[in-house]
Amino acid sequence: MSMKTRNIFRLSVSYVILTIIAICAIYPAVWVLFSSLRPGSSLFSETFIPKNPTFVHFKELFTSPSFQFGRWYWNTLKIATLSMILSTLLTTLSMYALSRFRFKGRKALLTTMLVLGMFPGFMSMVAIYILLLQLDLLDTHAALILVYSSGSVLSGFIVKGFYDTIPRSLDEAARIDGASHLTIFWRIMLPLSRPMLTYIGLTTFTGAWVDFIFARLVLRSKENWTLAVGMWDMVATFQNSNFTMFAAGSVLIAVPIMILFAFLQKFLVQGLTAGASKG
Amino acid sequence: MRRHQNTATILSVLMMGLGQLYNRQFIKGILLLCVEIVSGYYFIQKLPHAIWGLVTLGDTPTKLVKVGKRYKNVVGDHSVNLLIGGLVLLILFGLFVTLYVMNVRDANRTGKLRDEGKSPASFKETVHFVTDKRFPQLLLTLPAISVLFLTIMPILMAILLAFTNYSAPEHIPPAKLVDWVGFQTFIDLLQLKTWSHTFYGVFIWTVIWAVIATVTTYFGGLLVALLIDQKGIRFKGMWRSIFIIPYAIPQLISLLVMRNLFNGQFGPINQYLGYFGIGKLPWLTDPFWAKVTVIIVNMWVGIPVSMVLILGVLTAIPKDMYEAAEVDGATAFQKLRVITLPFVFFATTPILITQFAGNINNFNVIFLLTNGDPVKGDYQYAGSTDLLVTWLYKLTLNNNKYNFASAIGIIIFVIVASLSIWSYRRSRSYKEEDMIQ
Repeated sequence: MSMKTRNIFRLSVSYVILTIIAICAIYPAVWVLFSSLRPGSSLFSETFIPKNPTFVHFKELFTSPSFQFGRWYWNTLKIATLSMILSTLLTTLSMYALSRFRFKGRKALLTTMLVLGMFPGFMSMVAIYILLLQLDLLDTHAALILVYSSGSVLSGFIVKGFYDTIPRSLDEAARIDGASHLTIFWRIMLPLSRPMLTYIGLTTFTGAWVDFIFARLVLRSKENWTLAVGMWDMVATFQNSNFTMFAAGSVLIAVPIMILFAFLQKFLVQGLTAGASKG
Repeated sequence: MRRHQNTATILSVLMMGLGQLYNRQFIKGILLLCVEIVSGYYFIQKLPHAIWGLVTLGDTPTKLVKVGKRYKNVVGDHSVNLLIGGLVLLILFGLFVTLYVMNVRDANRTGKLRDEGKSPASFKETVHFVTDKRFPQLLLTLPAISVLFLTIMPILMAILLAFTNYSAPEHIPPAKLVDWVGFQTFIDLLQLKTWSHTFYGVFIWTVIWAVIATVTTYFGGLLVALLIDQKGIRFKGMWRSIFIIPYAIPQLISLLVMRNLFNGQFGPINQYLGYFGIGKLPWLTDPFWAKVTVIIVNMWVGIPVSMVLILGVLTAIPKDMYEAAEVDGATAFQKLRVITLPFVFFATTPILITQFAGNINNFNVIFLLTNGDPVKGDYQYAGSTDLLVTWLYKLTLNNNKYNFASAIGIIIFVIVASLSIWSYRRSRSYKEEDMIQ
């Protein structure tokens, strides 16, 4: 076999494998999309592509009395946006301080953060539940926002890694020109960290958008639920009887996230790989 | 000549702010004095009760008392409220003590300055000092407070709960009291037949799961990355974008969808198997197949992440190494074995450990996909695919076995923390963080 035929053989095998993997990767998404357009409500379908596609399930989601999908959507949007703002603020402040300054107890603080981040979130669940009960914050959205935002601080190592890479000479020059720390932070560092701010914003927004572990624990009444809790409940209680509606709901939840993702893919991949080479 | 220094120190030891007043730092002194008066009053009132509560966890249970002809409900001590209240107060007291120590040190330092003939800092100068020299600490204050109360305190409390008997049905306040039991919960978990059987079973599955899940996603990602990265493959960007789709769909959605895909009766997977003449498989209902399913689905979720990471590493390999190898007449396979793989393995070992730790705690895949089922009869509140974390969640939310849940949490933490600290200390970011200046 000559070099050339061997090469063609290698490439065609690769293309075949790549195509198979690609089908596996997108199949579930396409399947749900088609299911959401299928008339009827059952999980079972004779054909993969629906015969008489319809948008009725999407309408049903917002009009059916047993679901409050519109309300959940609004709740989720509110919680995700507020957590995003608050956690971006907290994470930026703390990681900037930890990255750019050297002060006593800094290494200890970093190690503590790392260790704290390793406690399974569920471990403190009981405690947070009881705390919220005490503070009369159970079944409120404020509780969720607070928990999400404080949690994001501990996973901010990627942000620290980002600030580590900005040359120190930059702020030293500004200091010599008489700029205060606050000015440097506000005028130089914040504009520079736009990609990083986008990254934290996006991850915390999506985190709050899809979390159901804490949401399910904290939110008791149906009108306060988030999408995640509502969808979970839909699967848990109506598994097969209302599948097409569940599919429609899935599409409505996943699409905004996927659009955001496509839009910001570059930042996400950067963040991931930056986090990787920095541990 | 240490007159001012000694006087100021002694005064501020006696009462916060006095030393500062003596040093003629009036605004600071008055502020500190106010803090001392308010918090002193608060702690004198509350501290003894808080400590009593923490030590005893209450001694009078709520009970019905006969008053005249009727029974009346007399509210007793609520052990868990005492525990949490005591903890909050101790933390606040700790903050107060820290402030006190800082106050004494400040008075001491300023007194020393005065002894040396310098004038003490004015309030304006103090403010400037804080915003300038203590800028990082200032930035960290707000995040630190939120982490202290929303992360550290709950964890402390969860740790404390593991040493109590806070569990249904016997020890749930307010009707019943909770007591300290020392290591009894851990001993029960590891030695009491009914609990230890479940614990070891779930523990072994957790380890097996974490190993298989990590290895499959890692090598899956490596394979896909190598396939895309090959010389001669076209549309690299398109392939990458397609393969990253599973990562872009929220896990909550994709996993709940998978649950339907793998549905034994109506799911399309079994439908297709039927077309090929293969019988239906009990994907989610048979213990063995349920385990296979979670691993397959986890590959679907996890491979994109590994792929992105490894693609990043691949671009970092110096090209001249390949050129040199080509000159020496190396085959594609030899280049892969001698250059690519060692480089990738070296660069990704820390990630591998982090992913392993992450898989031990992989709540989503298990809980959303199988909910830990199928049920296993001889297990205490756990199913065949339950990991330690999902078991913990069930023990908390469904069964009110708070003490066991906390003990399991501590065990998971010890495993994961030791793994992560070990890998973090080996990673470049720890060793070389000051390299870029």
